[in-house]
Amino acid sequence: MPLLTQRIPDENDYCLVASLDNVRNLSTILKAIHFREHATCFATKNGIKVTVENAKCVQANAFIQAGIFQEFRVREESVTFRINLTVLLDCLSIFGSSPVPGTFTALRMCYQGYGYPLMLFLEEGGVVTVCKINTQEPEETLDFDFCSTNVINKIILQSEGLREAFSELDMTSEVLQITMSPDKPYFRLSTFGNAGSSHLDYPKDSDLMESFHYGQICFVEYYCCPDEEVPDS
Amino acid sequence: MKCLVTGSNVKVLGKAVHSLSRIGDELYLEPLEDGLSLRTVNSSRSAYACFLFAPLFFQQYQAATPGQDQLRCKILMKSFLSVFRSLAMLEKTVEKCCISLNDRSSRLVVQLHCKYGVRKTHNLSFQDCESLQAIFDPALCPHVLRAPARVLVEAVLPFPPALAEVTLGIGRGRRVILRSYQEEEADSAIKAMVTEMSIGEEDFQQLQAQEGVAITFCLKEFRGLLSFAESANLSLSIHFDAPGRPAIFAIEDSLLDGHFVLATLSELDSHPQTLHAQEEFQRPEPQLQAHSTPHVDLDDFAVDDMDSYMIAMETTMGSEGSRALPSISLSPGLQRPCSSSPHSEEEDDDMEPSTVPGTPPPKKFRSLFFGSILAPAHSPQGPSPVLAEDSEGEG
Repeated sequence: MPLLTQRIPDENDYCLVASLDNVRNLSTILKAIHFREHATCFATKNGIKVTVENAKCVQANAFIQAGIFQEFRVREESVTFRINLTVLLDCLSIFGSSPVPGTFTALRMCYQGYGYPLMLFLEEGGVVTVCKINTQEPEETLDFDFCSTNVINKIILQSEGLREAFSELDMTSEVLQITMSPDKPYFRLSTFGNAGSSHLDYPKDSDLMESFHYGQICFVEYYCCPDEEVPDS
Repeated sequence: MKCLVTGSNVKVLGKAVHSLSRIGDELYLEPLEDGLSLRTVNSSRSAYACFLFAPLFFQQYQAATPGQDQLRCKILMKSFLSVFRSLAMLEKTVEKCCISLNDRSSRLVVQLHCKYGVRKTHNLSFQDCESLQAIFDPALCPHVLRAPARVLVEAVLPFPPALAEVTLGIGRGRRVILRSYQEEEADSAIKAMVTEMSIGEEDFQQLQAQEGVAITFCLKEFRGLLSFAESANLSLSIHFDAPGRPAIFAIEDSLLDGHFVLATLSELDSHPQTLHAQEEFQRPEPQLQAHSTPHVDLDDFAVDDMDSYMIAMETTMGSEGSRALPSISLSPGLQRPCSSSPHSEEEDDDMEPSTVPGTPPPKKFRSLFFGSILAPAHSPQGPSPVLAEDSEGEG
């Protein structure tokens, strides 16, 4: 039915209500996982998890804790729905993506439950926008079953150093090899492309390293598939 | 071979590679006693570019390790460029760059030492090759222009980025004229926009050329050197000769020098001037004193090896036949100094065009911007020898 003819719901009708003073806190993290058009939202009293998957082999999850929101209520155990992430992001940035310093866009997100659209109320400078986005049947998401006891090596790096490195990776290489080792090279990203091989080494005492836990030396290879979303170098 | 570049020189090296990448697809790397030479040539052999970095440019420079043969290698430009792809990143994060040859794995190793202890190592495959040489001598060119790069950058700014060729010449009042060059198509109904820039002599550090000389060359290739010269804040010299002979664009400072040798359009290549409105702007030009054609031996463009490339420069001079030059005497009325309009010579159309009756306007190099019957810049005595590059002879 046309969305406009639906009756205005009551507060208690919502099974999910979330309010945020600054919508950017949400849109920034959702942009980071926006490599496919659709996402599954999974809300519990702890917060919202948004999952994006590609071809059943890559999964990205964004966790937005309940504490981030100024108001956060989930009526049932959990609320799940599938939504068009592109449209959601467009709505969240409806007042424009470049922030004017000092102004914030406020968000109130409401969901009545299965079959109802997700309602977004966005306000900036007295102007209010109401968006209703249709939701879909949630799809099964992969469960990678990461068990922390099986972790051999763990490295936490500041993203600043990695971001440029990743943008400069040789995309003619079929694989990306990641090496982690207690000895040199502690953490290495390697490509083997048309030009030759390239290695990017991060020493374990680098300022970029936040933590470096190693048990064994290990190599992991990622096969890069051609993907239209990957920009040309 | 081993060389170490540090600090801001890394970006300079990167910028040079970017400039060279505008010319050719393969980079010839040769460490010489007087420095590291990076050269390239374009696929049609009409442009050659070379940068030589003196040993002092490097913190450490070792042309050849004892016992090792002199290295001369050819690398895909794309591969080498990928190391220096982001100049901003080079400037921000790279502290040292080390280029060396790994004999064992036959790889050219370029190692970038970056901030935070991060190290990028590129092992690039290369091919052995013969030396790429183009023999040219700026001293043999009779005409020289030299200006700070900034002046020339501003001069080419108005030209559309897609413009392929530009004509550079000396106009009235010894103003340097840059004009966009368009091939005249007989059926071209749409007249493309023509842009002309005129720069006064005072902006040039050196201007040794007569009024009326002009050459046409590829602007895109020229921009490669120009952007480097601008970033390095250097002056750029342009040495040129008659149309058809290569023009040499040079920059130098104490640590490096760069030469771009570009072919210029010969007079036969340019299409006959369409007889249209511009005709009325033709003014006679004072008869240029014939100056001796610098006799450049064809062998000057010979190269070491069949594998190396010759610059295919068509150098047909005046071979349209022995057309007698219209000998135009200066009539006093035409000595009026032109009202130095900054952009167009054609504005002085109050001048009476006086062609020598009976002489057909020479269908020479486009003389629009001089608005004159352009006398070719060399001796008209008899048919000039045809010096044509045997471009089919190369491998």
